[in-house]
Amino acid sequence: MSYAIEGRTGPWEIVVGLEVHAQAITKSKLFSGAPANFGAEPNSQVSFVDAAFPGMLPVLNQEAVAQAVRTGLGLNAHINLVSRFDRKNYFYADLPSGYQISQFEHPIVGAGQIEIQLADGTTRQIGVTRLHLEQDAGKSLHDQHPTKSYIDLNRAGVPLMEIVSEPDIRSPEEAGAYVRKLRSILRYLGTCDGNMEEGSLRADVNVSVRKHGEPYRTRCEIKNVNSVRFVMLAIEAEAKRQIEVWEDGGTVQQETRLFDPNRNETRPMRSKEDAHDYRYFPDPDLLPVVLDEVWIAELKAALPELPDAKQARFTGDFGLSSYDAAVLVAERATADFYEAVAAGHDPKQAANWVTGDLFALLNRTGRTIEDSPVSAAALGALLGLIADNTISGKIAKQVFDIMAETGEDPAAIVQARGLRQVTDTSAIDAVVDAVLAANPDKVADYKAGKDKMFGFFVGQVMKAMAGKGNPALVNAALKARIG
Amino acid sequence: MFDLTLAGARAGLRKGEFSSRDLTEAFLGAIETLNPVLNAFITVTPELALRHAASADAALARGEHGLLTGIPLAIKDLFCTQGVRTTAGSKILEHFIPPYESTVSANLLRDGAVFLGKANLDEFAMGSSNITSAFGPVVSPWTRNGDNRPLVPGGSSGGSAAAVAARLALGATATDTGGSIRQPASFCGITGIKPTYGRCSRWGIVAFASSLDQAGPVARTVEDCAIMLQSMSGFDPKDSTSADLPVPDFAAACRRGVKGLRIGVPREYRSDDMPPEIETMWQQGLAWLREQGAEIVDVSLPHTKYGLATYYIVAPAEASSNLARYDGVRFSSRTDGADLNELYENTRAAGFGSEVKRRIMIGTYVLSAGYYDAYYLRAQKIRALILKDFTDVFRTVDALVTPTAPSAAFAQGERMDDPLKMYFNDVFTVPANMSGIPGMSVPAGLDAQGLPLGLQVLGRPFDEETVFAVGAAIERAAGFTALPGMRAGGGA
Repeated sequence: MSYAIEGRTGPWEIVVGLEVHAQAITKSKLFSGAPANFGAEPNSQVSFVDAAFPGMLPVLNQEAVAQAVRTGLGLNAHINLVSRFDRKNYFYADLPSGYQISQFEHPIVGAGQIEIQLADGTTRQIGVTRLHLEQDAGKSLHDQHPTKSYIDLNRAGVPLMEIVSEPDIRSPEEAGAYVRKLRSILRYLGTCDGNMEEGSLRADVNVSVRKHGEPYRTRCEIKNVNSVRFVMLAIEAEAKRQIEVWEDGGTVQQETRLFDPNRNETRPMRSKEDAHDYRYFPDPDLLPVVLDEVWIAELKAALPELPDAKQARFTGDFGLSSYDAAVLVAERATADFYEAVAAGHDPKQAANWVTGDLFALLNRTGRTIEDSPVSAAALGALLGLIADNTISGKIAKQVFDIMAETGEDPAAIVQARGLRQVTDTSAIDAVVDAVLAANPDKVADYKAGKDKMFGFFVGQVMKAMAGKGNPALVNAALKARIG
Repeated sequence: MFDLTLAGARAGLRKGEFSSRDLTEAFLGAIETLNPVLNAFITVTPELALRHAASADAALARGEHGLLTGIPLAIKDLFCTQGVRTTAGSKILEHFIPPYESTVSANLLRDGAVFLGKANLDEFAMGSSNITSAFGPVVSPWTRNGDNRPLVPGGSSGGSAAAVAARLALGATATDTGGSIRQPASFCGITGIKPTYGRCSRWGIVAFASSLDQAGPVARTVEDCAIMLQSMSGFDPKDSTSADLPVPDFAAACRRGVKGLRIGVPREYRSDDMPPEIETMWQQGLAWLREQGAEIVDVSLPHTKYGLATYYIVAPAEASSNLARYDGVRFSSRTDGADLNELYENTRAAGFGSEVKRRIMIGTYVLSAGYYDAYYLRAQKIRALILKDFTDVFRTVDALVTPTAPSAAFAQGERMDDPLKMYFNDVFTVPANMSGIPGMSVPAGLDAQGLPLGLQVLGRPFDEETVFAVGAAIERAAGFTALPGMRAGGGA
């Protein structure tokens, strides 16, 4: 059942395309040697090139090119062996040269695709139109002075990868899945940290609506949306607004809008007179970017395993459910952690522990997988203790809690606290005999057909053994006596 | 001392006949006397010059003979000079003191040069007569026979050319976007070379039109230009368009001779409105080369006629973008406004002169949506055809010889009413910029009014050596010894 918004005139389909701006991870800026760090003192990371001083010239950062190519490869996209930088001309105080160096006509990466997974288990391919490299602008600070704006040029010239999707997205959920998947791929590749709060990943969302089977109607662009949730909310709010306009007999005007999460609505960003003519033309300060196929092949060979491949391996080799595998591969650190836990142990059991107890622990303690209180090695060791019957699964939960608390090694915990499972059948037999002797009435009930009483006897035996009886042996001993 | 060429002064310094301080003081004195009339310098830096001279003298005393140790030069005020105001001839940069040294001027300093000051120019190098400078026009040291009306020195490197011609410096840096080295050299009776695009780094030179701008020297002789260009050239990783090629020995190339060279004469450079004395001088130049063993060949450059029109699309387009940075926000002069747009409008209205504004308007127009294909894109296609013309003829000839400019220097006030007439000055020089090839202007004679006329030598990309060889051959045969009326150590 495909997504639709019900209007007065019937259901409406929504059509969404995304332009994601991802800051490429590089030491220095796209065209200057100034550092590209986040969070430094204002105007402390600015070269004369970034500030567009007279006579300064851009020199392309090769690492930014490599990051764009890696990303293109990760999106199964066509890498253009020849691309070009153009100037996008407009005046703004945080754009020192009066033009942004971008790639307009000939981007470095062409068509690719991203597979998204939806809650109902289905997958869809979303087309990627292109990826191009461009400079970020500086920041205007309007809250530092009653009448003046301050300009921070630290961000000016930081490399951005603009990743443009086809208008293939048909629901807020798909848009959310697309951004999450793209973010995951970028983080796997190490080409963008994906931090939406700090603005290193931000999306412009193009939304239109139509009746089923119609050609596209006019779209609006919602600028600079900075979280997955807001992307989804903004699409819904904007689609509803457009449906209202159409149903009231009006016409949607192509314009750029902003999403206000407080009021859950979009509103026009600037008046029409500010519509720019960017006067794109090839930047005469830069030569065309010509890539060597051997170099691209080297980058490709060095790419890490990406989430789709990893998920396929986790379901295929480890027998995990598609859902569990998807959860584990979303973040590379989680997948790596899981694989370390699973090494030499039952992979399904490992998946249950990671997605269950470990995730719960991280949630509770507000930690990330990178600084988990229980290391992958320790969790693996715990699984080892279960596998060799040193402890039961139930005791293991207890041990896990102690591990989380103290950071101690599981074997040491079991040893120090005497949690080792009892596998001595004569000891178990003795407890079983005592429990049966103490509950003759219950034994009679059981024999009269009350099968449920069996669980009661198991519980009593385990309780008497402080939980340390080997569950299988306890069951066997009971079966032998009361059958 | 003022009769010395750069090469001669260098020999004298090395022999200890005089010191760099002697030379520098002499030139500073001459500037003090003549600059109020000529206005060739926007900024004179006597203290800096004497400091440079002192270290040059110390180096010479240690026996360290750099390429230019102790040689006083003028620097076109388009080259950023660390700690020394750099205006580009514009009010908008009136107070700009760069915190860095351009690569080309740094190369000259590395080789021991002495900087006398910053030479006047057309505002942002946009002009052919030096009347667009916000710091007043440069007056040519030359006058017509029996006519004292001030003449233009050509442009945009008019201050550089006037300073060298009037002997206020042994040489000067210049830049050439559409003829700004060659045309003023021709008007002022001196030599200038625009090397191949990419030969000199553009880093630190205030940009006019990035794909056309190229630095080069103006000096009294072909050899002097060779010595200066040797120092100015070289690969610079800070300029992506700079060529990673070794720099040949240009001075040695001046001594090669032209025997066996094939010299092309492009028939499209002939026109009915060309003054007969320019045609005569051209024929004379070709005869000199023939006498020295060169073969003269008629060739065709069919797209020449489109050169000027396409230049006046490409150059303003790039300029309109390059000059966007002068917005009053950071380093340029600011005229405040109620909001950001008003700040831009007021700053740029007050800071730019009318020729700069005209070119920004033209450039903005030709890049606009709906006009880009018809103007800029088409101009770039024709540019490729102009380059192809040259590539084709250089398969059969080693160099081309043409007049440098369609006229001798004109008076201030003449041709000022019609910008298009002014643009026509560049008709013979522009194709070299459009195609990136090297071009030199060498003085070949005087017209009937006693004004110098130059011949232009064009060569293959990165074959400045042949250009120097041909230029030197013309220079030898021409024996051009005429001097302007206003000059240091001479006339009025």
